[in-house]
Amino acid sequence: MAVVTSATEVRGKRWWREVGWRYPVAAVAIVYAAFPIVYILSASLSDRGTLTGSNRLFAEVSTSQYEQLLATMFPTWVANTLFIGGVTAVGVVLMGGAAAYAFSRFRFAGRRQWLTGLLLVQMFPQMLAFVAIFLLLLSLRDVVPVLGLNSQVGLIAVYLGGALGTNTFLMYGFFNSVPKELDEAAKIDGAGHARVFFTIILRLAAPILAVVGLLSFVATFSDYIIAGIVLQSQDRLTVAVGLYQFISGQFDARWGIFAAGAVISAIPVLLLFLFLQRYIVGGLTSGSVKG
Amino acid sequence: MSLRTENKPTSTVDVRGSTSHAREMNKFFFVKLVLMALVNAFGLFVLYSSWQVGHWGMLAAMVVLLVVVNWAYFSKRMLAAKFLVPGLVFLCVYQLFTMAYTGYVAFTNYGTGHIGTKEAAIEANLAQNEHRVEGTPAYPLAVVSSDDEQLGFAILDDGAVLVGTSDSPFQPAPEATVADGAITAVPGYEVLTFEEILQQQEEITTLRVGFGDAEQGSIRTQTGSTGFLYQPSLSYDEATGALTDTTTGVVYRDNGEGMFAADDGSTLRVGWRVPVGFDNFTRMFTDARLSGPFLQVLVWTFAFGFLSVATTFFLGLFFAIVFNHPRVRGRKVIRSLLILPYAFPGFLSGLVWAGLLNRRFGFINQVLLGGAEIPWLTDAWLARLSVIGVNLWLGFPYMFLITTGALQAISSDMYEAARLDGARVWRMFRSITLPLLMISVAPLLIASFAFNFNNFNLIYFVTEGGPNFPGSPIAVGATDILISMVYAVAIESGSTQYGLASAMSILIFLMVGLISWLGFRQTRKLEEVL
Repeated sequence: MAVVTSATEVRGKRWWREVGWRYPVAAVAIVYAAFPIVYILSASLSDRGTLTGSNRLFAEVSTSQYEQLLATMFPTWVANTLFIGGVTAVGVVLMGGAAAYAFSRFRFAGRRQWLTGLLLVQMFPQMLAFVAIFLLLLSLRDVVPVLGLNSQVGLIAVYLGGALGTNTFLMYGFFNSVPKELDEAAKIDGAGHARVFFTIILRLAAPILAVVGLLSFVATFSDYIIAGIVLQSQDRLTVAVGLYQFISGQFDARWGIFAAGAVISAIPVLLLFLFLQRYIVGGLTSGSVKG
Repeated sequence: MSLRTENKPTSTVDVRGSTSHAREMNKFFFVKLVLMALVNAFGLFVLYSSWQVGHWGMLAAMVVLLVVVNWAYFSKRMLAAKFLVPGLVFLCVYQLFTMAYTGYVAFTNYGTGHIGTKEAAIEANLAQNEHRVEGTPAYPLAVVSSDDEQLGFAILDDGAVLVGTSDSPFQPAPEATVADGAITAVPGYEVLTFEEILQQQEEITTLRVGFGDAEQGSIRTQTGSTGFLYQPSLSYDEATGALTDTTTGVVYRDNGEGMFAADDGSTLRVGWRVPVGFDNFTRMFTDARLSGPFLQVLVWTFAFGFLSVATTFFLGLFFAIVFNHPRVRGRKVIRSLLILPYAFPGFLSGLVWAGLLNRRFGFINQVLLGGAEIPWLTDAWLARLSVIGVNLWLGFPYMFLITTGALQAISSDMYEAARLDGARVWRMFRSITLPLLMISVAPLLIASFAFNFNNFNLIYFVTEGGPNFPGSPIAVGATDILISMVYAVAIESGSTQYGLASAMSILIFLMVGLISWLGFRQTRKLEEVL
């Protein structure tokens, strides 16, 4: 009897030393990672909606903050963000995909130089030139108001300027892995380049396109600096600009409403990330940074 | 444009365009035709309207764009160009042009007081420098708004009512109603009430209504009920290009720095844009009030970038090593939960943490530390610590993901061999794990450094760059990094200095470029990708 006990004890000790201690570490890590999100969820459900009132987690559960939030401009901002982010994502995928297709399937003079040039441009975030972007849109406003300051289409155009730089290489790598025999077969059947691109390459690359689109959407969604200088009137703002203006200076009083806004705008992104996790991790290791 | 396709027989794609004309007449061709029609219509509209406004640079750029686009899509060759042009057009306008324009603005004094051309500055100075004409009466006045919502004045001049707006000079309005020396109604206009005047105070106090002859001056009002005659107190001499004050006789001349200056050094308020050479760059290092904060921000930017990468990398790596053990159950669940901060939108995290760290009401001080009022965000060093801490939360999941991937790629044979040689855990980590990990992760660490170097959102949303340096002419503080300092100089400070801000952007460009170049050289990623 005694021997058996000590044997399991030894095994238990060994188990603890090799594997077991990892679970408490995991628990701490998860609390650390998830706590701020749990906290903001609790704050959004509080009734009073002040910063102090949010410190007792889930002390009350009410929807009053959400009701107040819906009475503000927030729904408009969400619609604006979906419009701007959606159009930008589609544009980035189409333009970046087209460029990646050209680099992957054609051999033209200066191809290497163009690729290198693109790689160089990619190093400089567009955000750095925000002063010049502001001045450019200021002059554009006099000529083509729809592309000028305080125009959502103008903002989309600015974002599309970064389309080639950001994700072409991700797609380029993926397109290279799509067998060329496929498009050649289609060619023999009489398909032109446009048809090959739209009906074969884009279909096969759907997962990577989803990731590129999502990363682009998240980048647009999180952008404050460019959206903040381009959009000016309240009814045209994006969520990032709107929510920030909404609580800056009134941190304490509007905390609950902000929390509700944060929860509403974060949930879709969180779900998409978890859903596309596998592809995103794959994309990360091949070199794109969230931004 | 060197996008012409080479017809190499070895090429995997037949680029000679084997498709016949008949086959091209499919739906793709019609879609293309419609799209090109729209693009050309838009282009012609831009040409027309830039010609109307007199914006020749834009006109020229649009002509070039239209030629390139049409050439690319209606030419039989240029196959690669057809796929590259849409992205390249946007890239050229919104990235390459703006980068070049940043370079240009950096060498000018563009900013508050130096916005437009010299002609515009002369006009503005003439309009802004006025004096009340002595000996003229005070006119009873009413603020009116015309049918097309234009503000104007109606005045009572010797019993006759005159009415006008900023665009149309005073005209007699004989049918206006006057009661007790006040104008109560003017046909074709609406007389504003006192409340309405208060609401538009600023527009009304800057409004001028003239008599149709500039020499005669114009009527202005401070109260909304009495108007006075003002005349310009400057006169412009085209021959000498100087402005003269008609009352004091002081002459203001072009001082070569985009300003009209008198001999005693006093200047007129409105200047214009001129090239200033390297002034903006040297100012950052030599102007005592600017160089102190600038150098502090510069050092902090590097420290922040480095510490961000180091802290997130080691925490991420630690978790990766701990949970990447084959006998740990639920690894997928742990991973999904640990990447929550990465999936949570970045700008929201900054604000959430700003609330958590709030000095008086925040969760950390109130609940975790039992009511201690620790100034996490308002003390310079604590604020720096907080920013790094928040970034650790935001950034470790990314490092966790990439190091997990890299760890799984290391063959277990090596550990086996090392164990046979008697290596302990720490030795194995230092001699096997870390070096092998670095090969695949190093380029990502450099990219991460470049990203954090410009992590505007984090700084701006957690601390807004504060606590501010006391006595600095621009609103920059202890946690400001270069990009947020540029933002403060260009947007937030009372007087905007686009020239200086652009010069700082150029410095960031150079630094980021240098870092990335070193990174690429290090890892030879360039060859791999191509």
